Amino acid sequence: MRALVRPAQYLALACYILFLGFPLLWLISASVKSSGELNSLTVSLLPEQWHWQNYPEALDRQGLIRSSANSLVVALASTVLVILIALPASYVLARLKGKVRMAGIGWILVSQVFPVVLIILPLFLILRTLGLTDSLAGLTLVHTTYTLPFALWMLQGYVSAIPVELEEAGAVDGASRLRVLRTIVFPLLAPGVVATAMFSFVSSWNEFFFALVLLQSPENYTLPITLNMFIGGEGKVALGPLAAGAVLAAIPSIVFFTLLRRRLTGGLMAGAVKG
Amino acid sequence: MAATMARARRREAAALVMPSLVPILVLSVAPLVIGVALAFTDARLVRNPDFGFTGLDNFGTLVGNDLFWDSLRIGLIWTVGVTVLQLAASMGLALLLNSGLKLEGLTRVLALVPWAMPPVVVAIMWQMIYSANGGPLNAFLGGFGLPDDINWLGDFATALPAVIVVGVWVGMPQTTVTLLAGLQQIPAELHEAAAVDGAGAWRRFTAVTWPSLRPIVTSITSLNFIWNFNSFSLVYVLTAGGPGGKTMVPVLFVYLEAFKNREIGQAAAMGVVLVVLIVLILAVYLRAQFRDDRAERGR
Repeated sequence: MRALVRPAQYLALACYILFLGFPLLWLISASVKSSGELNSLTVSLLPEQWHWQNYPEALDRQGLIRSSANSLVVALASTVLVILIALPASYVLARLKGKVRMAGIGWILVSQVFPVVLIILPLFLILRTLGLTDSLAGLTLVHTTYTLPFALWMLQGYVSAIPVELEEAGAVDGASRLRVLRTIVFPLLAPGVVATAMFSFVSSWNEFFFALVLLQSPENYTLPITLNMFIGGEGKVALGPLAAGAVLAAIPSIVFFTLLRRRLTGGLMAGAVKG
Repeated sequence: MAATMARARRREAAALVMPSLVPILVLSVAPLVIGVALAFTDARLVRNPDFGFTGLDNFGTLVGNDLFWDSLRIGLIWTVGVTVLQLAASMGLALLLNSGLKLEGLTRVLALVPWAMPPVVVAIMWQMIYSANGGPLNAFLGGFGLPDDINWLGDFATALPAVIVVGVWVGMPQTTVTLLAGLQQIPAELHEAAAVDGAGAWRRFTAVTWPSLRPIVTSITSLNFIWNFNSFSLVYVLTAGGPGGKTMVPVLFVYLEAFKNREIGQAAAMGVVLVVLIVLILAVYLRAQFRDDRAERGR
């Protein structure tokens, strides 16, 4: 009986690996199959013939390159904004005691559970009044706002990890607070800033709902929206290029998340346990 | 002197917080307030907004809207289904990973992939898996002599369960990692002591593991519940609410009401109902949890 435990455990683990990994494997495999093979009824994981053509074809499609560029612009711009805004605020949040800190943390946690349906309606009206619907600038603003809470949460954790004594030593030597921040705090924060920046880039790169509501002209579409369009229209015919496009869209996220694994789960843990 | 210092410090803090306060107020707090206000108007999504206060009319209309009630029912099945299955599946995986199997590193990286991927890509991928024409799932079932021509996302009976499985797939990694971190904080001595006392694996789980994990399970379940209830992109891309409205979760319903039917006021009323509903459900759940915790400690 006891001897059976380990094999049973490995069997269970294999099932999990299959469940978690197989869909991804299938997508990659579909991206290197010819359309003939994809439409045939014989099902196999490995392609009979490696059809790399899908990748250039995916890129060739109208809109895919353009929407990738849009996604890149929005993700980079909102990342820069998030960091610029969150960096000073996270410092205050981490170092201040009392009501301000409680209010800040409280808001961060509540915003994690924002009822997005309720917010999107007025947000749409506000942005329309400002003339910012159907524009990358408007989408950037929205992405910035919605990444901000978690970015603040991550960053204030990194600030808290820096001993206050270091700052006090600087202050005693007569440095102004700005100087202390610039020469002592920010350099120590660099790894945390990089992690937060990657996180906010990926959030924006992946985001679908706000882009769907805000963007109307195809030349403004972000990558998720364009991919979704392919499913509805020509996608049915050209599964191969669609799969290739999907693989390309997933690469930045997967690379960043793999790099960030430890930092992210640490931050989430803290959030989940305290929430 | 001290007072001016304190004032200077406060001014400094205010200056540092201001850049995040402004976008937050304009783009999330204000919309929330306006959103609730819109629920009491007949606002429509048209070029020249000309709308008035209509009191509780929108809510009255909602009561008679069978489709909305249907979507609430579907939303509840979706949310509870995904949340419970996520917890069960993640608990299993976390326990496995915590028992020192090889391949732990691989599984951990693999486990984070679903969570990192854009929801649109996830949906495209699973459409391929579920495909009735040469999809691998049907081929797999056929291999065991089971029916192999099921149109998973297109059939009334299978669409909602099929979508729920994708929800579990996406949300599992994060839950697993959180539970695993909780498991690793349980002192090994507790398990050893229980084992010495002759407790079997199941007994050790119920007497040692589960009580220690309780606070984490409570918070991760609450968060997952809210995230799942609010999740839009996955279902939208997978089925768009079809077939025949069988996967029309409430968030999707509100989206269509607002941006296809252009009934902003009515959609806002639905949003308010959803928020109230989710707060109520969570309050009941958390109360029950805390009562159990107290009873546990009282014993």
